[in-house]
Amino acid sequence: MSLTELSIAEARAGLDRKSFSAVELAQAHLDAIAALNPRLNAFILPTPERALADARAADDRIARGAARPLEGIPLGIKDLFCTRGVRSTAGSRILGNFVPPYESTVTANLFRDGAVMLGKTNLDEFAMGSSNMTSAYGGVENPWQRKGDAATRLVPGGSSGGSAAAVAARLCLGATATDTGGSIRQPAAFCGIAGIKPTYGRCSRWGIVAFASSLDQAGPMARSVRDNAILLGSMAGFDPKDSTSAERPVPDFAAACDQPMKGLRIGVPKEYRVPGMSAEIEALWQQGMAWLREQGAEIREISLPHTKYALPTYYIVAPAEASSNLARYDGVRYGLRVIEPGDSLDEMYERTRGEGFGAEVRRRILIGTYVLSAGYYDAYYLKAQKVRALIARDFERAFADVDAILTPTAPSAAFGMGEKMDDPVTMYLNDVFTVTANLAGLPGLSVPAGLSAEGLPLGLQVVGRAFDEETVFAVGAAIERAAGFTARPVLRAGG
Amino acid sequence: MSLDAATVRRIASLARLRVPEDQLPRLGQELNAILGWIEQLNEVNTGGVEPLTGSAALAMRMREDVVNDGAQPEAVLSNAPERIDAFYAVPKVVE
Amino acid sequence: MSEAKPYRVSGDTGEWEVVIGLEVHAQVISNAKLFSGAATAFGAEPNTQVSFVDAAFPGMLPVINRECVAQAVRTGLGLNAEINLVSVFDRKNYFYADLPAGYQISQYSRPVVGKGTILLDMPDGTTREVGITRLHLEQDAGKSLHDQHPAKSLIDLNRAGVALMEIVSEPDMRSPEEAGAYLRKLRTILRYLGTCDGNMEEGSMRCDVNVSVRKPGEGFRTRCEVKNVNSVRFVMQAIEVEALRQVRVWEEGGAVEQETRLYDANKGQTRSMRSKEHAHDYRYFPDPDLLPLVLDPAWVEELKRGLPELPDARKARYMRDFGLSAYDAGVLVLEQETAAYYEAVAKGRDAKLAANWVMGDLFAALNKTGRSIENSPVSAGNLGRLLDLMADNTISGRIAKQVFETMIEAGTDPDPAAIVEAEGLRQVTDTGAIEAAVDAVMAKNADKVAEYRSGKDKLFGFFVGQVMKAMAGKGNPALVNDVLKKKLS
Repeated sequence: MSLTELSIAEARAGLDRKSFSAVELAQAHLDAIAALNPRLNAFILPTPERALADARAADDRIARGAARPLEGIPLGIKDLFCTRGVRSTAGSRILGNFVPPYESTVTANLFRDGAVMLGKTNLDEFAMGSSNMTSAYGGVENPWQRKGDAATRLVPGGSSGGSAAAVAARLCLGATATDTGGSIRQPAAFCGIAGIKPTYGRCSRWGIVAFASSLDQAGPMARSVRDNAILLGSMAGFDPKDSTSAERPVPDFAAACDQPMKGLRIGVPKEYRVPGMSAEIEALWQQGMAWLREQGAEIREISLPHTKYALPTYYIVAPAEASSNLARYDGVRYGLRVIEPGDSLDEMYERTRGEGFGAEVRRRILIGTYVLSAGYYDAYYLKAQKVRALIARDFERAFADVDAILTPTAPSAAFGMGEKMDDPVTMYLNDVFTVTANLAGLPGLSVPAGLSAEGLPLGLQVVGRAFDEETVFAVGAAIERAAGFTARPVLRAGG
Repeated sequence: MSLDAATVRRIASLARLRVPEDQLPRLGQELNAILGWIEQLNEVNTGGVEPLTGSAALAMRMREDVVNDGAQPEAVLSNAPERIDAFYAVPKVVE
Repeated sequence: MSEAKPYRVSGDTGEWEVVIGLEVHAQVISNAKLFSGAATAFGAEPNTQVSFVDAAFPGMLPVINRECVAQAVRTGLGLNAEINLVSVFDRKNYFYADLPAGYQISQYSRPVVGKGTILLDMPDGTTREVGITRLHLEQDAGKSLHDQHPAKSLIDLNRAGVALMEIVSEPDMRSPEEAGAYLRKLRTILRYLGTCDGNMEEGSMRCDVNVSVRKPGEGFRTRCEVKNVNSVRFVMQAIEVEALRQVRVWEEGGAVEQETRLYDANKGQTRSMRSKEHAHDYRYFPDPDLLPLVLDPAWVEELKRGLPELPDARKARYMRDFGLSAYDAGVLVLEQETAAYYEAVAKGRDAKLAANWVMGDLFAALNKTGRSIENSPVSAGNLGRLLDLMADNTISGRIAKQVFETMIEAGTDPDPAAIVEAEGLRQVTDTGAIEAAVDAVMAKNADKVAEYRSGKDKLFGFFVGQVMKAMAGKGNPALVNDVLKKKLS
């Protein structure tokens, strides 16, 4: 089998057996990047020298019998993670020349466990978007195509579109990503791979460029549920540098993938049958229920009454936090500075930020500034945080009766580049099923479960109790087993 | 709620974002559309509900009072768009 | 007790009362910053005490320093204030070159310390209670240097992120003197607690003054905030000139506008900072990088048990146990070092006499030599020994002053007993020697003796003086008196 088709578990086994070397594994992926990235634009910055150096070090350790859990595994790193000595842009022009003198905790954990960095993957600017079209470094092409329509280029979803496309196109075995409203799960669904947003607090946010602090959470993307479990096992863990990091042990997520479904109660929220949901998404959802029922789970209808308010809540809370989090990009200590002769400090700020941020980021900063401004705080921000409390309470009540919740991941399959760009609200609706888990801080996993009539991948989402990723992985793996999803995208290494 | 050009200008200035005058009307429309959509929240009865912030169930951990960071002027200055000696430099501020 | 005459500003329409509230920013004494592990020491090379958190690099997160919280709680306890077991950190959003994140982490709606009180010691010995509204923790900003370069402002972030306590008073003060007394008392309490060094010159204690004026008996009128006044004297001056300005505005038929003003000490004026005012909309919201600050009541109790004796308690003890006046006790407790010195001198001795010596001769000597009491040229032990020499009649009070002078001049903290011996200053208690001296004086001044005996009692002092002079000051004053009285009668 081609080295780029391996799962992480297979690659680890092959490296330990010395069937191939870490350098060979890295080189196979670097070749794939060289071949496909010019078209896909999944990587903003490939780092071949770094990858080969990492791989050589991995081979040394394997030779010494000192291999670590991810020794030699080549990964893409979303360019929202600060990587020491490697330019980190957050997909923005304003950080176009920023070289962090520090390493994010999550990537440090991966490298501690032996992972190899192939490069920095593309994303919506500051992770704000559902299409990857807001990146200052250009859109990313989804490696999937509609049946018989090679001309229409599709988006990979967002914001972790580069990571999703890279994993789907076999440019890496797995990738890091982040999810504030659906930025792991929606692109995973669009690209036919699996991705999990863990419980808020499971992965440290230290060193990840902040979008909305109370919602941001890092997680992995990979082609199988088990690979996600393996990656999350390395990424997760308590970090004293993040006040919101949970002081809890990291369970054996990979082992959880084998747990049986018998006796599990799976909730299906009636409010997720949203108007205009396509028949094939509805059918896929029903299919998912059937698969779980067949494996011994009990399906129960549940109610999450405040679901329809989740997106408007999100579009107050997230921009509000973002407007404050992005105030630091001012052209003083790092990043872009745009200045004209005679500019005052304020003029320099306005020019730098006006030109450094793209349209969507500017829009969200303005919304966020507005909803926090004098006289509007109570009506918008405070109100939204109260509705958010109600949304969290809905889940708490539901989880008294069920062990996990099954929903579609996204209301549609991948759409064309340039579509849905005219009206911001239409674009925001992409996150309708995913955003609730962020607002309530719960873990959510997207699993590829089938193909649309047009031949595009569709995902199902499993949401679990806080810090119960194990059940989420178990249910996700059960769906994966039943779905037997083997379809591969048109654009892929060796394809 | 409706944002006129003057309000957009004020918000943009508060956020230190330069917005060319000719873009103000369109931006105002976009923001209005978003705000109009957001306003469905008014339907929700939130009487007696405590607002949620982050993972509010937890109490904050505290760090010990130890100096273990900060002696790294080159690292903090290395990305600066403009520096003079060991300072960041900005256009002169007249107070 | 007679009520002091209230402070009034007299205008054309009559007398005006001044209403004053103070906001003090006190830099917390801690090794590391409020939310980062960078050092807080004053005077370091630029940008050498800056973590990536302080410089607001992408992805950096705050983690609170326990000691800074403890210091705020101690201060709250020292101000007899409520400690809020749950408080919240908010972001105060505004752009400035020395505010790296574009927001300051502060506490807006739920501060760590609530209502308290502070007792002012007025110069006439009376006290006055002023309410504390709240105390909250927040980050200090960095420093902008505007005069180092012709076209640039230079930014040093060493101070960025150092913990500040903002201590807000009620508008309970009515004169510049009360405001001065408030600041001095607050500084004393902070220094006793060890939570702030109170150094206004280095900026570790800074003050914003809220001033309004009104006709006595009226409700409050609009106030102005005079920002960043950096000495007690300037605070008092700023209040005086700002009150006068407001009286003029009202009396000219205008209305005082609520605004931020700056005190220009050179011109003795306040001026508007209106330019800054309009742009400010701080958009406070709870900092999502932090959780609520929840304090364990047992920890607060532990901090309470660890508090030192505070100035008010100490003053009361001095009045009760040492019989000192309110004024003397107040002066002695102002600085912990002075109080400690005084107590060392007073222990086992005449406490009032000790107070007179410390506040009189010692303070004068310190003043003259420009030394602080910690570096006093005379230690408490040796001042005590000097008092002992008086108590056991080895020397008289007059000789004691002379010996003290010698001790100060020596600068080596000499033992007073050694000086008395070396210079032969031991007091003469030998009645025979005194009688001889008295006889000699009377013989030489027979005319005065006659005058005295014919009723001119006032001359007694003259005879004492002459005898003492003849004995080089060493005669025991009581014995000299006795012998003179006997012989003159």
